[in-house]
Amino acid sequence: MYTIQCDVAVVGAGPAGLAAAVAAKENGAARVLVIERDNAPGGILQQCIHPGFGLTRFNEELTGPEYYSRFTEKAEALGVEYLLDSMVLDVDADGGKVTCVNGKYGVTNVEAGSVVLAMGCRERTRESIVIPGSRPAGLYTAGSAQRLINRQNIMVGKKVVILGSGDIGMIMARRMTLEGAEVVMVVELMDYLAGLTRNRVQCLDDFGIPLRLGHTITRIEGEKRVTGVYVAPVDETKKPIAEKAEFVPCDTVLFSVGLIPENELTRKASIAIDGKTNGPAVNQYMQTTKPAVFACGNVVHVNDLVDNVSAESEQAGKYAARYAAGKFPAAKGEAVCKPGANVRYICPQKIVLSDEAEKVNLYFRVLSPARDVTLRVRCGDTILAQKKEFRVNPGEMNSIAVNTADVADGEIVVEVM
Amino acid sequence: MRKTDVVVIGAGAVGCAVARELTKYKVGVIVIDKNEDVGGDASKSNSAIIHTGYDAAPETLESQLVVAANPMYDALTRDLDVPFKRVGAILPAITDEQFAQLPAIKEKAFRNRVYDVEYLSGEQLLEMEPNLNPAVKGGLYIPRESIIDPFIYVQALAENAVANGAEFMLGTKVIGITAENGKIRSVQTTDGDVETKYVVNCAGLYCDEIADMVGKAEYEVVARKGQFYILDKNTSCQVNHIVLPIPTKITKGKLMCPTIHGNMLVGPTAEDQPSKTDKSTSAEGLESIARDVRNLVPNVNLRETITQYSGLRPNRKPEGLHFDMWDDLEGYVNLSGVRSTGLTLSVSMGKYVVQQMLYHGAEFELKSDFIQKRKGIVKFCEQTPEKQDELIREDPRYGNIVCRCETVTEAEIVQAIHRPLGARSVDAVKRRVGAGMGRCHGGFCGPKVIEILARELGCPAEAICKNDPGSEMVTGKNRS
Amino acid sequence: MKKEIICTVCPRGCAITVEGGDGKVTSIEGNGCKRGLSFAETEFTSPVRLLTSTVRVAGKENELLPVRTRTPILRDKLFDVMNAIRATTVTLPVKQHDVVISDVCGTGVDVIASRDME
Repeated sequence: MYTIQCDVAVVGAGPAGLAAAVAAKENGAARVLVIERDNAPGGILQQCIHPGFGLTRFNEELTGPEYYSRFTEKAEALGVEYLLDSMVLDVDADGGKVTCVNGKYGVTNVEAGSVVLAMGCRERTRESIVIPGSRPAGLYTAGSAQRLINRQNIMVGKKVVILGSGDIGMIMARRMTLEGAEVVMVVELMDYLAGLTRNRVQCLDDFGIPLRLGHTITRIEGEKRVTGVYVAPVDETKKPIAEKAEFVPCDTVLFSVGLIPENELTRKASIAIDGKTNGPAVNQYMQTTKPAVFACGNVVHVNDLVDNVSAESEQAGKYAARYAAGKFPAAKGEAVCKPGANVRYICPQKIVLSDEAEKVNLYFRVLSPARDVTLRVRCGDTILAQKKEFRVNPGEMNSIAVNTADVADGEIVVEVM
Repeated sequence: MRKTDVVVIGAGAVGCAVARELTKYKVGVIVIDKNEDVGGDASKSNSAIIHTGYDAAPETLESQLVVAANPMYDALTRDLDVPFKRVGAILPAITDEQFAQLPAIKEKAFRNRVYDVEYLSGEQLLEMEPNLNPAVKGGLYIPRESIIDPFIYVQALAENAVANGAEFMLGTKVIGITAENGKIRSVQTTDGDVETKYVVNCAGLYCDEIADMVGKAEYEVVARKGQFYILDKNTSCQVNHIVLPIPTKITKGKLMCPTIHGNMLVGPTAEDQPSKTDKSTSAEGLESIARDVRNLVPNVNLRETITQYSGLRPNRKPEGLHFDMWDDLEGYVNLSGVRSTGLTLSVSMGKYVVQQMLYHGAEFELKSDFIQKRKGIVKFCEQTPEKQDELIREDPRYGNIVCRCETVTEAEIVQAIHRPLGARSVDAVKRRVGAGMGRCHGGFCGPKVIEILARELGCPAEAICKNDPGSEMVTGKNRS
Repeated sequence: MKKEIICTVCPRGCAITVEGGDGKVTSIEGNGCKRGLSFAETEFTSPVRLLTSTVRVAGKENELLPVRTRTPILRDKLFDVMNAIRATTVTLPVKQHDVVISDVCGTGVDVIASRDME
């Protein structure tokens, strides 16, 4: 069996893995190896040909390929190495060993000083949300359809209903329309938009595509290829009102009904998972409960902006490099980040206190939409940080920075009032 | 015109078992099925259990065949390289009323000569199955109830039959059967006529329609729908045995059991319906599964589901498993009433059918070179790292993992396509190697499987179907 | 005429109310920043969009080159430009931001490659 040694091994060459690898190099790791199952770096951004990336980070509007190429160029200049066409099967969290398979080298063991998990996420399916009906052809997750259309040159259908108003769903509504398909409607269970407002404007409103908030698909029809779906409004408990169901003919249904951090490897490596994010619990260094293993990007929690992914991944890469070099900050204590009023989760879940004070971004999502609110971080009665926000929405991640020098042992609370 | 000795109609478990049994003799065998793949209808969407026959109606053909079949599976699955596990079943009594029923169930098992059924205390049952309803009062243990991979099983029978000379006409519908002077003469199909001496009707759901072609439809078949949930391998609440409910007068109830791949299976419903093709699930059906199974396993988490499906089992009216031959129609064999026990009894039915044909004057000469064994596709994920390394060295496509959830490699998919009776559709690939059967349900590998199928079959992507024609996955090139 | 416009300059999505008529704006309210002001004005008079798509690659029928308009084009022109994109085939290699179609449909805007492709 083939063995490779490196300082930092990164699992996944999507935006998270690339940013982590670049940061690891910049922070002194001599050998950084990115292991990627695809035949090229870029991850899901390879199929995200639409614009909207980089607005906060680069202050310009980039397409997915342009966004990741900023990182691959840097990675190349810094000498980041790739192991492409390689699927990781196992992570030995204590030994810092990553086992992967590759057609050229066979079973390959990567021995690293530290490991960064950046596997991203996968899409929830029609099956996982239990929509009754038949099981015909023509049902796709929005991301699969996106891959087929944008990367494989394959069109999936002509008359489309999309379930879920997440960003991928809306972007696919525009994409399919521009490619000549008829998007009959976008159906959303919640009574608010799941994705970004700008996507509603540019992807749905521009093309007159109806958005049915507070509705869901109750049944799928068609024995061979889908022939239509029943769409019904839901009551306050999100239960469909069956008698109000309407039949909507279509030959394709796209599901954009949520993303799940892909943590099969993480679980296998006995790393603790946060039940709310479905990702590994991390501290501000993006370090998991196994000290040599770091994690970043959508594998930790599902982000809506890649710009945020890059930022937190750089943190992971930086500290993974320091860990591998034996220059990790010594812990003096820790504070748990506790969700307060209208906060669903916080990432990182924990702040480690050390002699190195730094500004840490706490990323979080609210439970329900609100306007003119104050975001606040407090430690007991002491307010560590606060800021006003014109609007908060579960579909859009918020963040607030705290200085770790202000944090005391125990817990800090993030709340939205 | 094609010519053969025996035409078997239906490539489900029974049809393929009959065909395989026939290839032990020097006879020509053609199996015809309207579907594009072997595996039938009922044979591929059931609870995948190999029964013991403990609860069959005593002294019936069904009980005789099921009881006889169960012990055959150890050797058969070894010979044919089919995943099979003797996990055992338990029948917990939750209420006093159910507890009082146990002796009668055990006595019935005894009358069926299933002597290894044991009483267990509630405590023993909870030790075996910690997730069982803690109110359990006691129950029965049926050690030889087993689980199998029903897809691989039927494929293996069919592949082995092919290795021994049988031919398959798939995607071909039987449209008529001709007899002359009280003797079978030929079968008309959508792909031409086949001259034959014998016809064995193993058409399951459609066996009444086939029998009608020769004027022997003395019964009708109604589809009985069974809806199931499949749960994620990581689901929080699991069972190790087949957990069976105690049947009531109205319903046989819902069971929960592991599948051969380590998922949990929960169901089925039992709903008679006029359509023989409608395999949809319904909100009511799925809710009834949730309600019923919680009596047995209160913490079952049906939200951790990776799919739900329905199977249609043939429900004969009037009921009962029937084997029929007629003096006025020489060469015609009719099987009807093959229902949920059909998967189990397929192997004994194969032997029974051939023996009956011999009794009735068939002159089948035994072969000396019957190939007993069949080797399946080597599953990469089940190998040691050393063996995996070796496989990749032999075929680098073993190093390309296409289905991340079930760790299925490109090499396995390519083999599934190029084997005898190889996969032609996305579902056929799934049923052979498991790609797309995991928790992302083809979200990741679906686009790649379409690409591999198109490449290996030398056709455009838009020709690739989910299963039968009409179920094309995609519409064509985006930029042609 | 009064129009409610959701600003798409940044992810914040301010709801801006624009009043005016005949391609002239008389009042703008609700913008959170200066960029929102000019956005709302353009959006009211002649909305523009960045268009992204893919073009065929000579000799590679299972791959596509992602492309974009260099700058936003008139929203009314989206489908015309799509037709032009659909009629185009590029020959590799291509470098990121190479011109794939110059002055597409007389918009004065080029369609450029979003990535390198060899």
